[in-house]
Amino acid sequence: MDAILFLIFAAIAVVCGINMVVQKHPISSALSLVGVMAALAALYLLLGGEFIAAAQLVVYSGAIMVLFIFVIMLLNAGAEPKSVLKPMGKYLGAPLLVVFFGIMSFVVQNMTPSSDNVVFGSFKGAGPREIGTSLFTVYLLPFEVTSVLILIAILGAIVLARKEID
Amino acid sequence: MPPLPLPPSVPISWYLTLSAILFSLGVLGFILRRNIITVFMSIELMLNAVNLTFITFSYMLKRVDGHIFSFFVMVVAAAEAAVGLAIILTVFKNRQTLEIDEVSSLKN
Amino acid sequence: MNYFILALIKTGIVVGVFMHVLAYLQWIERKVIAHVQLRVGPRRVGPHGLLQPLADVIKLITKEDMIPSHVNKVFYYLAPFVAVLFALISISVIPFGPEIEVFGIRTNMSLADPGIGVLFILGISGMGVYGVALAGWASNNKYSLMGGLRSSAQMISYELPMALAIAAPLLILNTLSLREIGEKQGGFVLGVIPNWTIFSGGQIVSFFLFMVAAFAETNRVPFDLPEAENELVAGFHTEYSSMKFASFFMAEYANMVTVSAMATLLFLGGWHPIFPVEYGANFIPTLIHWGGAAILFYHAAQPARPFDKYTYPVFGVIFLGIGGVFLIPFLQPILMPLFWFCAKVLTILFVFIWVRATLPRFRYDQLMSFAWTFMFPVALVNLFVTALVVALS
Repeated sequence: MDAILFLIFAAIAVVCGINMVVQKHPISSALSLVGVMAALAALYLLLGGEFIAAAQLVVYSGAIMVLFIFVIMLLNAGAEPKSVLKPMGKYLGAPLLVVFFGIMSFVVQNMTPSSDNVVFGSFKGAGPREIGTSLFTVYLLPFEVTSVLILIAILGAIVLARKEID
Repeated sequence: MPPLPLPPSVPISWYLTLSAILFSLGVLGFILRRNIITVFMSIELMLNAVNLTFITFSYMLKRVDGHIFSFFVMVVAAAEAAVGLAIILTVFKNRQTLEIDEVSSLKN
Repeated sequence: MNYFILALIKTGIVVGVFMHVLAYLQWIERKVIAHVQLRVGPRRVGPHGLLQPLADVIKLITKEDMIPSHVNKVFYYLAPFVAVLFALISISVIPFGPEIEVFGIRTNMSLADPGIGVLFILGISGMGVYGVALAGWASNNKYSLMGGLRSSAQMISYELPMALAIAAPLLILNTLSLREIGEKQGGFVLGVIPNWTIFSGGQIVSFFLFMVAAFAETNRVPFDLPEAENELVAGFHTEYSSMKFASFFMAEYANMVTVSAMATLLFLGGWHPIFPVEYGANFIPTLIHWGGAAILFYHAAQPARPFDKYTYPVFGVIFLGIGGVFLIPFLQPILMPLFWFCAKVLTILFVFIWVRATLPRFRYDQLMSFAWTFMFPVALVNLFVTALVVALS
């Protein structure tokens, strides 16, 4: 069951990821990215990260990607013009990419200990309670710094998006 | 047809491989695409792939820290999206284009 | 395997009931608005228009499915599907009552009980924007595009005060699981005041903030700018017809039900009665239904319209029967929580309809400044005060 679920969501993530790179129109790319993020949220759940899965849904697909789609719609961005590829890139690109992925997977498989398996529900140490406790004790300083970062980002966005730019 | 040789549970390395593949797809999009918004989205894809690695290692070590890290990555991504999209809006307002190659001159 | 069968049965019940509720919500809405405006509403199909939803469904299914020629086909088809999907998913984590025992099987009165129920609903309702935004964009029509843009900006803006308003009761309840949220609000303070967060926790401000944000999130009047009919024709669903149009309606009503259920669970004590059982809270449903029956019999005796003297007594007898069912002792543990939960949800839904019949629409700049300059600061202050109280007590 674990393997089937993993394979389903991994397949969704990879297909949506490829689609994001291949699609010419930004809105198609954006929606494919939403698909990747939703699939990743499901994978986080399998890894026992309840809170982070929900945060992924709320922050990434619920806010950031809506902002992207909003901007794409606002600018009425059209499809990209077809880029001219050299013949070598055209015919060798995809096979080389597959070879590269193969080598990469091989390296990763050999690097990590193979004894450790992911069993759904065996790790419960990353619920909202644990994350909250950790955020406000060990990681208090970084947490406060991120709030300053967000404040700066808000100010920057407002300054940039103001109507009159001198 | 023989049943698929699936392991009962997934090895950690599968998650890491998936993350590596997604990251490379992000790099690929970053290099290949010419629309600023799509380039920006490729960066988000890379950040997501890194998050998956963090969470996987967090599972492997049975610690909560990886989750905190990916939480911070999300916060940074949100801040980055706000500023980045504002910059894109300004660029479009001044140059009427989203092609990344055409936004190359320093003067108008 | 037992678990799967149980889950299937529960899903069947919930989906069946939910679909009928959605269909009849529209009948209720038309009737209530009609009575507010001194009309009678639908009366032709069935007694008192009770079969009107069925007629509407048949009409919508058999209508010609127009596809305008310049739309983006893929997203045009995808949009209503996305809207209805994310509207319906949320109901799966809503608990309608406590743990019950039916034929010796103990089970929760909810489809699923994740530890992060509240966040799950927030996330899923955030995904609902895509349906509206995509519909607006794919229609290739400037009015639809305006509707889609408005809705995405509006939903992002109001999600913030909504999340802050939800955070305040969560501080008091100290859990994210919707079942535990319901359970923790049982009991009474000083014997009479119900232990709901709105009363014992003093969360009146965040309840109102939540309700206002909920109106905006579900695109209802006075925040229905994405489909403002006298500015934007019909907004984001201008180019949609037949079942695709109906799915947007279904999504809107499903969102209304989810939001009402959330408000009930977070602020109004879920399935707990408003006063203790010792003072006879278990007789309230019977009293309400028998009272309704009495009113029906009274009107049957003085019929305003010729058919009333046949239809009202029939409904009166049905009401008497339903009221009687609530008195059967071994059904009470199941029916009482359900009654209180449904009563609260229906009251909030009635407020939704009432507001629609009463208030005019906001202007767009008013909508935005209301969210950012009024609701957001108030929600922050409310959260801060709540946190202070929780920390000191």
